[in-house]
Amino acid sequence: MTALADNVARLPRAPAVDWRLALPVGWLILVFTAALTVDWLPVPTPTDMDFMALEALPSAEHWLGTDQDGRDLFSRVAHGARVSLTVGFVAPLVGLVVGTLLGLLSAWYGGFTRSSILVALDAMLAFPGLVLAMALTAILGASVGSVTLALGVLSIPAFARISRARALPLIQREFVLAAKTAGASDHWILMREVLPNMVMTLVTYTLTIVSVMIVIEGALSFLGVGVPPPAPSWGGMISEGRSALERAPHISLIPAAAMFFTVLSLNVLGDRLRRRAEAREGGLS
Amino acid sequence: MQGTASSANTPGMSGGQPGPRLSAVFRRLGRRLLHLLAVLVIVSLVTFLMLELLPGNLADSFLHENASEAEVAAIEAELGLDRPLPERFLGWAGNALQGDLGRSPVSGESISVAIAERLPVTLQLLVYAQVLSLAIALPLGIIAGYREGSSLDRLISGGALGSLAMPHFVWGILLILVLSIWLDWLPATGYVPFAESPAGNLASLFLPALTLAMVEAPVYLRLLRSDIASTLREDYIVVARAKGLSDRQILLHHALRPSSFTLITLMGINIGNLIGGSVIVESLFALPGVGRLLVEGVIRRDFFTVQGVVLVIAVAFVLVNLLVDLAYNLLDPRLSHDRAR
Repeated sequence: MTALADNVARLPRAPAVDWRLALPVGWLILVFTAALTVDWLPVPTPTDMDFMALEALPSAEHWLGTDQDGRDLFSRVAHGARVSLTVGFVAPLVGLVVGTLLGLLSAWYGGFTRSSILVALDAMLAFPGLVLAMALTAILGASVGSVTLALGVLSIPAFARISRARALPLIQREFVLAAKTAGASDHWILMREVLPNMVMTLVTYTLTIVSVMIVIEGALSFLGVGVPPPAPSWGGMISEGRSALERAPHISLIPAAAMFFTVLSLNVLGDRLRRRAEAREGGLS
Repeated sequence: MQGTASSANTPGMSGGQPGPRLSAVFRRLGRRLLHLLAVLVIVSLVTFLMLELLPGNLADSFLHENASEAEVAAIEAELGLDRPLPERFLGWAGNALQGDLGRSPVSGESISVAIAERLPVTLQLLVYAQVLSLAIALPLGIIAGYREGSSLDRLISGGALGSLAMPHFVWGILLILVLSIWLDWLPATGYVPFAESPAGNLASLFLPALTLAMVEAPVYLRLLRSDIASTLREDYIVVARAKGLSDRQILLHHALRPSSFTLITLMGINIGNLIGGSVIVESLFALPGVGRLLVEGVIRRDFFTVQGVVLVIAVAFVLVNLLVDLAYNLLDPRLSHDRAR
């Protein structure tokens, strides 16, 4: 027995699992998998009503229980994840492309180009995020597409600011001067010299924005001005559960927990990536 | 004008005399006001054009489905839809400047009056929320920064990270469930006007304000924690320690003061977030505020009310940010020196 213990002690230690990385990544994989595969899983559709099990607690039949109409909460959370993830991951792409471009242009060119871009960005930032999102979805109509577009527009100034801030020191660098001296065009310098050095910062920032977008999408659905029912969305489900909060709090709390863990995972991963990106790009800025 | 001001200032920039500093502030103020004016013009233009982007005819939102052509024409004339766009914008902006935002086609009420009636509720909620946020963030942030790396710090910082991942509507539901349903301490709904009963008013706004504060406080807390932790490593803190000042004095007088500037800016920046939060909280707790007016406007497709509320919020937000920026410049002399250079 003691010999065995000695041997175990002498074995090279297995690298400790990094829970702060493993848990968030694991959770996100779980949510993505559930969203993608729910149609093939042995669960009811999100709109099936089981009148024998209204407001039921989790069971073998209904994994996460049911809501007031007897609709399966697991199925609804998984379908709601599609809305949250689609909006959350697609919307920032709009901001990433348009915002980065505006940020680069305002960092490179002076005069009228710069001041008009900066004034336009400030004007966009003058609308509090949720208020602008509500106004845009009210105009564009409530659907996954228009909510995505509205939130994409919303994220433009944030990306423009970060890319401008990142581009300004890079533009002072010797390799930009070298390219300029060698006769490179503005387009070449911005796209081939400056942009590649900002990629890590932008990708990291995108992760943070994804969680912001998921929260705003949730808020729109919660207020009843986002993706319209009966399509399930996390914010809508939390709102619907309010009337049964006293009797069956799980109807609100389960989608709330799904949103909480998703946003927390994205924030923790974003923090981590940012620290790593700062360490790597530290020498360049 | 900018050129003369800067050439006059350059020689005197090195000293701490009030003259150059003040004129630097004014020069900055002038530039800011110009920028501000441009931003306000664009904001109002965008808000105005919002309705132009609506699919279908604007007059339709005033009328029932089978309106005759004569009725449509009458409404269009009343709204001035037959006039060219620039003329309509100037007319609308002129009226808005005089405090007239038109009338709502749905309720028939004056939009300015509707906003003015609901504004005090929202303002009170915002102030209440900021006070509660500071009441939570200040002590916890100072303790966490002072005991950086301790298990207490880890508990507080972890809690802040978790709290940040909870949107307003999740916090609201949770607080209603725990404080009002399970513990039965506070009412979840039922707004009491201040004039009716000040104590009842503060009690009825406590849960909504706390909901806002739970999302706001972690942001302040995290800033304070890292600020205090890094300030405590500065030389002048060592000097203060050597002088025999108590930890309490050092924390409150030496460490907290520099952090308060950043905190003020952050509070200004966060007002946008807070306004968005109050839209949600007012709906959740059924408070008669501006945010609820906005949500109801969107749901009832009352676009003129939406337009009016959006304009008021955006203009207020721009002005508050200007004030915060100016206050920050005046409070922290280091900054106007750095920027003037």
